Amino acid sequence: MAMMSRIFASPAVRRSPALRSLLSGLWLGWQIETNWANPIVFITYFIARPVASLTILVVMYSVIAQDILGTPFFAYVYLGGALYLLAGQIVVGVSWVVIEDREHYRVAKQIYTAPVNSYAYLLGRGIARFAVSVLSVSITIPLGVLVFRLPVTWSAIDFPLLIVSTLLGLIAMAALGVIIGSYTYQITRQAFSVGDTLNGVFYLLTGAVFPIELLPEVLRPLGYLLPSTYWLELARRALIPQPVAFQAISSLNTETLLAILAGMAVVFAVLSVVVFIWSMRLAKERGVLDVETNY
Amino acid sequence: MTANYAIETYDLKRIYKIRGPKRKDDPAERVALGGVSLQVARGGLFGLLGPNGAGKTTLIKILSTLLLPSSGRALVDGLDVTKDVTEIRRRISMVSGGETSGFGLLTVEENLWMFARFYGLENADAKRRIDEMLEVVGIADRRRTKIADLSTGLRQKMNFIRGFISDPDIIFLDEPTLGLDVTAARDVREFVKRWLRQNPDRTILLTTHYMAEADELCDRLAIIDSGKLLVEDTPAGLKKRVQDEAMFVLKVAPLGKPVEGDRIEDVPGVQRLAVTDHDAHVELTMALTGEDALPGVLAHLSRRGAGLVSLEKREPTLEDVFIQLVGRRLTEAAGVEA
Repeated sequence: MAMMSRIFASPAVRRSPALRSLLSGLWLGWQIETNWANPIVFITYFIARPVASLTILVVMYSVIAQDILGTPFFAYVYLGGALYLLAGQIVVGVSWVVIEDREHYRVAKQIYTAPVNSYAYLLGRGIARFAVSVLSVSITIPLGVLVFRLPVTWSAIDFPLLIVSTLLGLIAMAALGVIIGSYTYQITRQAFSVGDTLNGVFYLLTGAVFPIELLPEVLRPLGYLLPSTYWLELARRALIPQPVAFQAISSLNTETLLAILAGMAVVFAVLSVVVFIWSMRLAKERGVLDVETNY
Repeated sequence: MTANYAIETYDLKRIYKIRGPKRKDDPAERVALGGVSLQVARGGLFGLLGPNGAGKTTLIKILSTLLLPSSGRALVDGLDVTKDVTEIRRRISMVSGGETSGFGLLTVEENLWMFARFYGLENADAKRRIDEMLEVVGIADRRRTKIADLSTGLRQKMNFIRGFISDPDIIFLDEPTLGLDVTAARDVREFVKRWLRQNPDRTILLTTHYMAEADELCDRLAIIDSGKLLVEDTPAGLKKRVQDEAMFVLKVAPLGKPVEGDRIEDVPGVQRLAVTDHDAHVELTMALTGEDALPGVLAHLSRRGAGLVSLEKREPTLEDVFIQLVGRRLTEAAGVEA
């Protein structure tokens, strides 16, 4: 809290309600995501759970493909599964924040009667979820290298590409998260199903564990509309720079993918502001902004 | 420029659409506010008194920018609730009763610090106010307790600090003592009175369905029922309206069956009657034109076989005003035939 106090005291933060709201959301999100139980539960949830999920994936592929560890396809699957943790957390995480504030913590009316920039606040909460998931990924990828012969080497990682694509991906996916969160405001019962359902759908469409080209033709355009599709592929190419046999959207080079992701970041950011403003007004019209259904 | 009134509403309506009525004859909408016009002067405590479902919370939600009105106009500190949302939010705060809310994993101090951030308070200011208010409400020793570990009363005290920490010009208290025990409710009322004494230029809009609370706290009071504002005056002014009548409370067990065409209300001199069914007895609260009407009432009760347990004459209360205006008690027991 002392460090945050110093940040909040800086002139830039004092002048900008949006920045203040973003940082408040970020601080609160971090407190919630890292402090909500005890260290054992935290480790279980953020490390053991993703490791277990990925191990299941590895075992399934090993059985089906008869020892594929260390192959490019295995790398594709493993990295996709590990990195999707980040994408999923931020894309559907904002939706969860809306539900948590409204139904679980029941603070919606306290927050939305305060002079908070709600968009920035939600973004901050979503980014906190993303940041905490980085911990999971920073465990699961080295684990893959050590245990499952994942062909990632520290010296070969294209860090500039990884950082730039992750920043662009973060903007685009956070904006998509706000759009989904905006929709969640309108759902009073079963709101939790929005995030759960979309998480599953995006996992399927985004090319996390198999190239998007393997999807039925009718579903492929949906995958191409998701920023996580491009970010996952760019992050994979940054972690394993040499060309591999199984690249999603293989017809596009890295520069093109980056350009698409940058364009998506702009489009989704603008769209998310428009949708959010519209959704807040609609929620106030319908009287569901602070609704508690006890569902 | 300072607005003349802290709060103004003009023919304010709020209608909720009911989605998917179960039967054809079920209503498709519910009127929560049916055209409320109200002006609350700056400074002091204005009360809204009414039963559950009267429209009190709906009105507060509109004024605190959580809900849009269906029609009409509402101004807070001269600002329009539909247009000047951010500016209004800088000047107001809201505390609701019966809340179990709060980020349970944060400590009291962390939670208050975070809300101080929301309101853009300077660090030093925030810290000073948190320290002061924790002392004032008597929970300074709980500053490092997680909210999840607080009792309902302590949590509401923390909630009060949260509401007042931004030093708002206008604060909305929505049933602030709901669910609190007697001691905690008294502490909350004392806190409110002290704050207003120290800040006479600030305005509090309080909703309650506790008559005694409204009587004790409010400078002015409006009675609201079924989305309509019925009357507005000082508590003393409201009680004056029923001072010409003789108020009696009779407890009877049993009440007995009324004889056809011979109800208590038909007894000469009975102005109004409210019936409350308790486990062991039935309570009749009645306004008579004068004491000389009482023998007629007792004779009626005797005819129907009612057993008189107690009889009390009392001074008029806000409840009597409410009964006069609405025709029933604030917490009316249903299904008792008088």
